Amino acid sequence: MWKNLYTWLDERFGLDDMYKNLLDRPEPKTSWWNTLGSASLFLFVLQGLTGIFLTVYYTPSPDHAYDSIQYIMEGVAFGWLIRGIHHWGATLMVLVVFIHMLRVFYTASFKYPRELTWLIGIGLFLATLGMGFTGYLLPWNQKSFWATTVGTQIAGTVPLIGDFILKALRGGPDLSALTLQRFFSAHIWMIPAVLAALIGIHLFLIIKHGESHWPKKED
Amino acid sequence: MSDSHELSRRDFIKVTTGIVGGLIGAIVGLPSVYYLIDPALREGGKEAWIPIGKFEDMQIGTPYPFSFTRVQVNGWERTASSFGGYAIRKTDSPDELVILNSRCTHLGCTVNWDGKADAYICPCHDAKFSMEGEVLDGPPPRALESYGEHRITEDGTIEIFFKEG
Repeated sequence: MWKNLYTWLDERFGLDDMYKNLLDRPEPKTSWWNTLGSASLFLFVLQGLTGIFLTVYYTPSPDHAYDSIQYIMEGVAFGWLIRGIHHWGATLMVLVVFIHMLRVFYTASFKYPRELTWLIGIGLFLATLGMGFTGYLLPWNQKSFWATTVGTQIAGTVPLIGDFILKALRGGPDLSALTLQRFFSAHIWMIPAVLAALIGIHLFLIIKHGESHWPKKED
Repeated sequence: MSDSHELSRRDFIKVTTGIVGGLIGAIVGLPSVYYLIDPALREGGKEAWIPIGKFEDMQIGTPYPFSFTRVQVNGWERTASSFGGYAIRKTDSPDELVILNSRCTHLGCTVNWDGKADAYICPCHDAKFSMEGEVLDGPPPRALESYGEHRITEDGTIEIFFKEG
């Protein structure tokens, strides 16, 4: 019965082909360093899921942001676990994505025909940092408030258009409710959308070109 | 595989990945479900005796209106909810008071006593209830609810028993 059902689905979806091409594709002899991309993808999904769960209780308003996080930590069953995973996963993701980038650099995997994979990867790295930057403000505690004050101030030192960038980031000259709201919006909608799109292209290119060989002495 | 009893290296990896992945999924997934439904599992129901007025002020034949506010803490916010009702005195015995909840049994609007109509009128769908809460007209499925328990204090104040729902 299950076999018939599977055959029926396979004929329509091409499940076997998908499995063969996506998960069972040939790999060059390789090392654990080559698993960091998958680790990054896993962390992205994990951050996405825990993030979605956090929005059930989090409120992006200066009046309630801090209290709602206190409530998540102490009032809700396993709130500490969900937020803990999101908190530490964020740090880990920046780390893993960065080491992944170093690996690609040191093994020269960015060369022809993978230049675009590399460029999109840089976009992914920057977007990951953007997630870290916008997410840091959301707890609305002293540390996040002043970190964002400093961070936006640094962005404001750009010549000529610095003042405009600062105001665009903050939604005005000062850190305010508008800042928190737009950081929240960027953190849960805009940057994740960019990340998801870029990850799609990144994965497509990896599957299309296959993994690069670990460089030999002669290379 | 030459020997079908032995697990191939690939199959071993597949099975191990499945088991470890499933374990991690369950360890994080089950608490996540609990996290989502936690507010629904809370024991609500703080109990209190709430004074609604002096027994001597309640006139036979005229429903005595009262209202009170309860503050509940919901998550990170305090919410004030208003409740109201009517005490109907029939005799000199406080035990025989009928204390009605003014929440309409149709869709929850607040009914008001109308002396001319000799009925409680609901402003939302023109429901009518008699002085003792029976449905006279309109869509409500049943009579007005009454506060079950009440008591009288030494200085003649009527108190009702209230449990947060």
